[in-house]
Amino acid sequence: MAEIKRYDNRLGIAGWLSGGRWGVERYAYILHRITGLGILTYFLLHILVTSLRVKGIYLWAGHGFMHQPIFRFMEYLVFAAFAYHASNGLRLVLVELGFAIGKPMEPVYPYKTSLNVQRPLLVCMAFLTLGLLAVGAYWALTK
Amino acid sequence: MAEAGKAVRQIAFHVTRYNPERDRVPFVTSYQVPVRQGMTVLDGLHYIKDNLDATLAWRYSCRMGICGSCGMLLNGRPALACNTQILHIANANLTVKPLPNFPIIRDLVPDLQSMFDKHRIVEPYILHANEAESDFWAGEFYQSTEQLKSYLQFSYCILCGCCMAACPTLATDTRYLGPMPLAAAQRYDADTRDEGRHARNAVTDAQSGVSHCHYAGECSRVCPKGVDPAKALQLLKRSLVLDYLHLGRQTSPCKKLQGPGNGTRLPDIAAVPKKTA
Amino acid sequence: MGGTRSWTWHMAAAVVLLFVLGMHMLIMHMAGTGHWFAPYGTEPSSMRNSLFRDENPFFIFAYILLLGVALYHGLYGFRTIVFELTLKPATEKAITIALAVIGLGLFGLGTWAALVAHRIALAGAGG
Repeated sequence: MAEIKRYDNRLGIAGWLSGGRWGVERYAYILHRITGLGILTYFLLHILVTSLRVKGIYLWAGHGFMHQPIFRFMEYLVFAAFAYHASNGLRLVLVELGFAIGKPMEPVYPYKTSLNVQRPLLVCMAFLTLGLLAVGAYWALTK
Repeated sequence: MAEAGKAVRQIAFHVTRYNPERDRVPFVTSYQVPVRQGMTVLDGLHYIKDNLDATLAWRYSCRMGICGSCGMLLNGRPALACNTQILHIANANLTVKPLPNFPIIRDLVPDLQSMFDKHRIVEPYILHANEAESDFWAGEFYQSTEQLKSYLQFSYCILCGCCMAACPTLATDTRYLGPMPLAAAQRYDADTRDEGRHARNAVTDAQSGVSHCHYAGECSRVCPKGVDPAKALQLLKRSLVLDYLHLGRQTSPCKKLQGPGNGTRLPDIAAVPKKTA
Repeated sequence: MGGTRSWTWHMAAAVVLLFVLGMHMLIMHMAGTGHWFAPYGTEPSSMRNSLFRDENPFFIFAYILLLGVALYHGLYGFRTIVFELTLKPATEKAITIALAVIGLGLFGLGTWAALVAHRIALAGAGG
C-alpha cells in the first residue's frame, strides 16, 4: 500500500495555553501550571538564599538587599501564586480522588457533567484566593 | 421567526483545506453560505460541496450524532458537525477545521488511527479470570440497576475523537492514552461482570496513563454524548490510588445464575424460548 | 510503570504542604503582630528572630520536613510537565536523574544549613 502523506496537526505547547471556546476549568489548569513553575523557581532560589545564613549572610533581614521595592513586589507575586496554587490544589486533590464530581448517571440532554457538580468548589476556591490576595495586599501596604 | 427553507443570514465558512498530493501546509478557503434556521454545520458543508466547491472532503455517515464520524473544530471547539446548529455558534463567521491532535489526511478528514490503537491497548471488553468463560458461559450474570449505573454513562461513547482533540495534554504528549481510551478502561473496570481491572491497571497506571490527566475538563465539555470522560478518569484515579494502597475492592464478579431458578411460573407468562446461540 | 505511586505521594505531599507552608507563611509574615515565635520586634524575618527560631528543635524539624516535601512536590510536578513534551526515553531518563540529583543536593544543603544554624543559635544562646 502506498504511504499516504499526513499533515501532523498536533497543537504543541500552544495547545496548553491558547484560548479557544474553552471553559473556566481549563484556565484554572493553565494558571495552576504557571503558578507552580513560578513557585518552584522561587523556592529553589529561596533554599540557596536562606542557607547563606549559616555563613552569617542575612540577605533578607533589616533593610538589606531583599528590601528593594522590586523584590517586595515580586514577593507579593510569589504569595499570590501560592494563594492560588494552594486553593486550586485543594480543589484538585478532592476532584482527582473522585470526590465532589458526582456519581455516574444516565446522560440526558442538556448534559450535566462532573464539571457542573464541582463548579461550586471552584467558586469557593476563587473567593478563597481573592480573600488571601486581599489580606496579603493589606498586609504588604500597611507594613 | 424565520420561515423554514428561507435563508436568514449569509455566513462565511472559513474552511481548512489540505491536499496531501499538492499542499505542504493546510490553508483556509472562505465560502459564503446562505443559512436557514435549523441548518447544521454538516448541511452547510453539503451546500458548499453541491454549489461552490466539489473538491471539499470531510467524513460523515449517519448525520444524526450516532456514528461519530464528523467531529470537527467548529469556532475553536471540537463538536460533531451534524448536531451543531450553525446559528447557535456563528453570527457572521464560522471557522471549520479538522480535529487537532490527529494527523490530517485531507481537508477536514483526521486520521483517528492513533486513538483506535490506544483504545485497543486498554482491552475494552469484559475479561474473565477463567478465559473459557468468555466462549463457553455457564450461566447468566446478575447485575443490579445500581451496578449498571456505575458504568452505563461511560458506555455511550461513539469514538468521535472530540475529547482527544480538546485534551491539552494530548496537544504535546503523543504517548498519553487520552480521555476516550481511559474512560473506556473505567467503563469495564466498573462493570461487576468484569475481572480485568488488575490487568488493565498495568496500562492505566503506566507513565502514559491517567496520571497525566489534570482535570482541565475539556473532554467532558465537548463530549457530544454526555459521556463525561473527566468523571470516568477521576474515578479511575481513585480506584488506582486505592489499589496502590491495597484498599481497593477485590474483584467480586457478580453472582452467576445457573438458570431462571426454582420459582413457579405464572400461568399467563410464556416459557423461556430455547437458546439460539 | 508506577505513575500512580509517585502521583499518590505528590498528592499526599500537597496536603502536608498546605499545612506546613501555610504555617510558614503565617509565621514569616503575620507573626510580628502577635509576637508568635517572633519575640524580638515586629519583623519576623530579622536576624534575631531567625536565630530565635533556629534555636528551637521544632523549627529545625519543620524546616527539614517542609524542604523535603516541597522539593518532592515541586520537582515531580515539573517532571510531569516536561514529560508531557514527548521527549526521547534517554532524555527522560537523564532528566529524572538530574532532578533527583538537584533534589537530593538541595535537600542536603538545606538540612545541613538548618542543623548548622541550630548549632550556631545554641552557641549564641549559651555564650
